[in-house]
Amino acid sequence: MLTAKRRTLLAGVAAGLLAMTSLSGAALAQDQVTINYLADNQPSTVASAEALIAAFEAANPDINVELETRPPGGEGDNIIKTRLATGQLPDVVSYNSGSLFQALNPTQHFVDLTDEPWQATVVDSFKSVVTGSDGRIYGAPHGTAMGGGILYNKPIYEELGLSVPKTWAEFMANNEKIKAAGKVPVIQTFGTTWTSQLFVLGDFFNVLAENPTFAEDYTAGKAKYATTPAAVRGFEHQAEVFSAGYLNEDFQAATFEEGVVKIATGEGAHYPMLTFSISNIQELAPENIGDVGFFAIPGDDAAKNGLTVWMPNGYYIPKTSQHVEEAKRFIAFIQSPEGCKIDMESSGISGPYLISGCDLPADIPPSVADLQTYFQQEGTTAPALEFLSPVKGPALEQITVEVGSGARSPEDGAKLYDEDVRKQAQQLGLPGW
Amino acid sequence: MAALTESAPVDRAMPAARGRRSPYPAWFFLPAAVIYGVLFLAPTFASFYFSLTRWTLSNSVFIGLDNFVQFFREPFLVQGLVNTVIYAVLTSGLKVVIGMALAVLLTSNIIARGYLRSVVFFPVLVSTVGVGITFTVLMHPTQGMINEGLALLGIKGPGWLTDPKLALISVALVDVWKGVGLATVIYIAGLVAIPKDYYEAARIDGATKWQNFWYVTLPLSRPATATVITLSFIGGLRTFDLIWAMTKGGPGFASDTVASVIYKQYQAGFYGLSTAGNVVLFILIGLLVVPLTMILNRKQGHE
Repeated sequence: MLTAKRRTLLAGVAAGLLAMTSLSGAALAQDQVTINYLADNQPSTVASAEALIAAFEAANPDINVELETRPPGGEGDNIIKTRLATGQLPDVVSYNSGSLFQALNPTQHFVDLTDEPWQATVVDSFKSVVTGSDGRIYGAPHGTAMGGGILYNKPIYEELGLSVPKTWAEFMANNEKIKAAGKVPVIQTFGTTWTSQLFVLGDFFNVLAENPTFAEDYTAGKAKYATTPAAVRGFEHQAEVFSAGYLNEDFQAATFEEGVVKIATGEGAHYPMLTFSISNIQELAPENIGDVGFFAIPGDDAAKNGLTVWMPNGYYIPKTSQHVEEAKRFIAFIQSPEGCKIDMESSGISGPYLISGCDLPADIPPSVADLQTYFQQEGTTAPALEFLSPVKGPALEQITVEVGSGARSPEDGAKLYDEDVRKQAQQLGLPGW
Repeated sequence: MAALTESAPVDRAMPAARGRRSPYPAWFFLPAAVIYGVLFLAPTFASFYFSLTRWTLSNSVFIGLDNFVQFFREPFLVQGLVNTVIYAVLTSGLKVVIGMALAVLLTSNIIARGYLRSVVFFPVLVSTVGVGITFTVLMHPTQGMINEGLALLGIKGPGWLTDPKLALISVALVDVWKGVGLATVIYIAGLVAIPKDYYEAARIDGATKWQNFWYVTLPLSRPATATVITLSFIGGLRTFDLIWAMTKGGPGFASDTVASVIYKQYQAGFYGLSTAGNVVLFILIGLLVVPLTMILNRKQGHE
């Protein structure tokens, strides 16, 4: 068995070498510079990347862009870290901003993009999540801002005469009525484990509303999830919807794609999710896109109702790149009004862009309009914890699966998560841990 | 770990080689020794050192035994250890029993014997990840073929991979399905090698078929049993690919094994911690397998 594995490995390496030589051969023959661009393999990302590359190559015949894709989530983190360690990252990389980007030690590994002219159009809130410890800016925004909240099915709300809840109690009351009408109140999709985290991560606006200094204290090791009542509430919410029997029957095995179709077609009334999934609805259930609305996860106080916001991925250039100038031209093109328009047309609109002058058209889906409302008001958005603190544990999605299926109590889950983040803080060498 | 898996056959060859002078000059061994040293010895010792550090991609800090302390504090590690042993015992036990039964069947005068043998061996050749993905689909609690079949019989099938109590056992059963072909082939070789004289003598003594199996076949196939147990036990202890393809250690942490816990630490960027985990796995396999091989080889006596 072992030798067989080694043999496949060798064959893989050989094939890789062959591919590399043939690529450089082609580039030489056409007297062009080839730059490689690594993005995640989500269909909407790929569609947008391909459209951007085609337009860029047409405008810059001397540059050829090759798209490589990687899986999203933990597997993708692994690929990025391994390729970074071996100096094999391509010329342009799209990767998370915030804590995951900070974990890559940007000052050491990436090209400083502070003085690029397009930075003038980038919104400040994005700049702060791609800034290194030296205060320089290392990234450009890739796509739109996201909200973490609850997608809801508008026809069900109309049929039962429900209104958008402003408090958790109202939300649970809505669920009760939906269940009484014989429908599924809440969709969960633990077959795709990361989707289980929304009740906890998307509740962070409410945590901050009650504890404005939570993020700093958390980074310093002074505040913990388990000992902060507002922070435990996310875990409690998740346990409540399970124990009330509000979940779809196949919630343990259903996948993200199935969940997206369910919420669009009314197989369930609520789906806690990030709003980037709106582009998945456009792709998987386009005729139902008008049936989906969006609201923030409600807290205890109707007066303090607001949305937890995620910043998009950033584009970065590794210092190992041989073609920094060409890579910069590619990124500048994407940040231009033309690039923004191409992205909007090819990936579907799922939220506001972080480039000034890149405004959404009037005919946007209702869920995006709902999302935009939070951005247009003062004080109704707060960044997710991962953009305020570098401390993020890797096991949260397993813990929330357990809490969300009744296998572990919410208090226990919060405690376990505190244990989990300690390793991250130690790995980063933070004081106080 | 590679050294461990290969140690069983090497040990058996040793007594013959020992004491006899090697027919080759010393330099003859050099290429192999260099490859072994660079690719196996050096990384092994490097990993012992790095398990005592907290390292990133570019630098490392010596922290003593902190990684091991942290690793054993992992709330899911204890369950992972227990799961690993359950998995190893379950898969190797079932492979011995089913492999033996199939080998007896496939050495009898059954029609289409060659075809049936290849059918049993076929799953061994299929990619583990492919098998994992296929069975994940088959075991889907509501749309999977297994539960739909059970529903036709009026039985409500369980959530094979979504019930925390069942997930590990379901994966172990798939592992048996995939690996039993190899055990069967080893047993077929063992059974064919048993001299016919024993069966003739047994027949003269008036032994029943059952006695034939119990007193002749079973004891004389002990070398095959030892090989099957050792291989599948080590395979079970360090199992990773099938579990990762089917449950990723889930739901929650219900089917985590030591190997999947280690991988998750590596994936999260806790390189020192995952290196420490590998050292723990190395020691665990050593502690369980070295005595096991000694017992199996001793009982087997004079071959």
